[in-house]
Amino acid sequence: MTNVLSKIKRTAIPAVVAAATSLGVSAPAMAEWSPKKPIELIIMAGAGGGADQIARLLQGLIEKKKLSPRPVIPINKPGGSGAEALRYIQDKEGDDHTILVTLNSFYTTPVIQQGIGVDVSNFTPIGRMAIDNFLLWVNSGRDDITDLDSYVAAVKAAGTGWKVGGTGTGQEDSILTAMMEKEFGYDVTYIPFPGGGTVAKNLVGNHVDSTVNNPAEQNEFFRAGETKPLVQFTAERLPAYPDVPTANELGVNMEYYMQRSINGPPGMSKEAQDWYINLFKTLFDSEEWQTFCTDDGLACDQWLAGDDLGAYHTQQIALHKELIESVGATAITGE
Amino acid sequence: MEEILLHLAGGLTEAMQPLNFMMIVIGCALGLLIGAMPGLGSVNGVAILLPITFLVPPTSAIIFLAAIYYGAMYGGAISSITLGIPGASTAVATVFDGRPLAQAGQADRALTAAAVASFVGGTISVVLFTLFAPPLAAFALKFGPQEEFALMVLAFATFIGLGGDDIPKTVFSILIGLVLAAVGLDIISGQPRLIFGDIDGFLHGINFLVLAIGIYGIGEMLWTLETTQGEVVVHKVQVSVDRMKANFKDIKNYIMTTSLGSVLGYFVGTLPAAGATPASLMSYGLAKTFSKNPDSFGKGNVAGVAAPEAANNAASTGSMLPMITLGIPGSPTTAILLGGMIIWGLRPGPLLFSENPEFVWGLIGSLYIANFMTLVINLAFIPLFVKILTLPFTILAPIIYILCVVGGYAPTQTMHDVWLMLLFGVVGYLLRKLNYPVAPAVLAIVLGPLAERSLRQSLLASHGDMSVFVTRPISAVCIIIALLLVCYPMIQKFTRKGSRAVAAGQG
Repeated sequence: MTNVLSKIKRTAIPAVVAAATSLGVSAPAMAEWSPKKPIELIIMAGAGGGADQIARLLQGLIEKKKLSPRPVIPINKPGGSGAEALRYIQDKEGDDHTILVTLNSFYTTPVIQQGIGVDVSNFTPIGRMAIDNFLLWVNSGRDDITDLDSYVAAVKAAGTGWKVGGTGTGQEDSILTAMMEKEFGYDVTYIPFPGGGTVAKNLVGNHVDSTVNNPAEQNEFFRAGETKPLVQFTAERLPAYPDVPTANELGVNMEYYMQRSINGPPGMSKEAQDWYINLFKTLFDSEEWQTFCTDDGLACDQWLAGDDLGAYHTQQIALHKELIESVGATAITGE
Repeated sequence: MEEILLHLAGGLTEAMQPLNFMMIVIGCALGLLIGAMPGLGSVNGVAILLPITFLVPPTSAIIFLAAIYYGAMYGGAISSITLGIPGASTAVATVFDGRPLAQAGQADRALTAAAVASFVGGTISVVLFTLFAPPLAAFALKFGPQEEFALMVLAFATFIGLGGDDIPKTVFSILIGLVLAAVGLDIISGQPRLIFGDIDGFLHGINFLVLAIGIYGIGEMLWTLETTQGEVVVHKVQVSVDRMKANFKDIKNYIMTTSLGSVLGYFVGTLPAAGATPASLMSYGLAKTFSKNPDSFGKGNVAGVAAPEAANNAASTGSMLPMITLGIPGSPTTAILLGGMIIWGLRPGPLLFSENPEFVWGLIGSLYIANFMTLVINLAFIPLFVKILTLPFTILAPIIYILCVVGGYAPTQTMHDVWLMLLFGVVGYLLRKLNYPVAPAVLAIVLGPLAERSLRQSLLASHGDMSVFVTRPISAVCIIIALLLVCYPMIQKFTRKGSRAVAAGQG
């Protein structure tokens, strides 16, 4: 029965789909495919960072709403700026029970680390959950730094003694750091830590001088008055930070975003892909997810799935290749 | 102070609510079971049971998960002692002396020591947590990469004395461990290294639990096969009220080690990224270094069971500190708890204490009660646990073998790790036959990645200048203590030899 239904569905007769929907049959129950064993949700970053928080929230929501007949197990594979996770997914070709939560190192790591032999354009795109933003942060104790100008002056004065904390070479923060180095003509020392949470902690403890963190990673320290944002790298000021100028406002053309998307290994079956698209669409539309986005300064107004997400990936891969070329891969790796 | 007591009273009342109390009892019992199953550590336990917590209010939910975490710390010791397979990575150090004690027919003594030490460790650390959470959180922030590295040096120093008098063999063992720890992707550049050509399984590094299960589970089995020559051996086990009394009198023999291990464990636990496994190993190393009778360690010294068990429970409480105050997990399990808190709508961070006091204090209150409950449950079941040992080896061996294979497969779910585990089993057996200490290698593979990361971060920041480790006060203190610890066994050995020589001369 379910087989027949899905065959009809695959020939895409809209009326049948509409009828099924109007009957109130939930989408995941419609599909012929459903997970046969626990689903591995691979996180290409360390515990406590933005990707990790999102993965665990999604896992929790799936369980809470009983959206999957089998449990979802989040697994951190943070090694080598996500290289470990990407290679793991690539090697899981054709597997329907492994999915990946991405950050932008999804695009950059395969370019910078040719040695791992990963091509993400072969991965199976599922859905884009959010767009994340970046701000430049310093410790609140730095009274000499109040805005971008005083920041640049302080960095130039310190030279390579200026330490920028980040999550790893090729990660978003290292790209933004390289972009800033090029723009302002200075050279800093970039120190990688496992996960954005640890980066934030090291800024609070004054072990690094500045960081480029997502709102979610710094927000609690900001609220506690431990750290302060100087600039946001967005098109418009985020509602959560109405007093912090964007780089564009200051006459510096610098915008950068990070996508949070779900992807499967190469060669995932179409049925499984559809099942996951339905699953994550349900999560995307949920009140809990939308609240989380608002609280954490994520943009979650546009849902992209399947081939649309694939096209978006293609465009982003090209953009990142260009970025890496313009700043030079060595500027990012610091070698 | 008064305010703290008031909050604590409130927290204890909260934890004694019927629902919360039930959560504690069920959580502890489940945790014990999860901890005792090799390969199924507190991480998996908490991850699997996280969804259940959506049915109850957040405070009850965290109490439940914390109780599981806690129970698992106790539970890990059970399989470490009775079967010789570490139930969880945090209980590896418990095998060192727990297994020899069990083979000598003193499993009940070891299990009692483990339970009591866990209780003491848990209690001391929760008291520290209650009284000094904010200043300790501030202290943890002072720990940058330089301090972390100095602490790792200190940890290695405690293990130089571990291998007994044969220091070259100990150093060799540590180096083997460090090489194994380097397998995988380079932590700074992300390039693959030491992956034996291009074997995918090595890309994620060598899982420490796989090594420990292989060496202790399989290696031990091979060793027993050789020593018994296939004869059927049944361990003698006695359980009686008199023995129980004797076991409790025994406490005075390890109470010092336990207290030391508790404070150390709590402290190491509060540092983000360290966690209970390094804490338990460091505590063991320290206990041995300062023991009057260091040679008896590894051969069945009850203090060698108490030290790591006190430390791992203390560290599990400690690792909740950075989770609550900084929003950074101190261990893999607290990373999952952190995820849970976000789902329940709580924001861990510096403001949680002031914004959600009933949640934080409810959790602290529950830790006191969970500690006591786990002790009671554990002691009650000791007679049952030691019964496992009365099984003849011919029945026990296949069970151990199966548990080892499952335990090797579970963490990453690849056959690669199972083969590796079996290989380490043979290597472990050979090392033992050649009289190489394996504990230092186990320590090195746990601490190696942490030490490497912090060393490279420090040197990046200082542009290669090594003096940063001695110019910063906290790291300088750690380095000096480390140097003293390295010299201590040598001096001890020298003076002992000296006195022996004098005695011989007189005789």
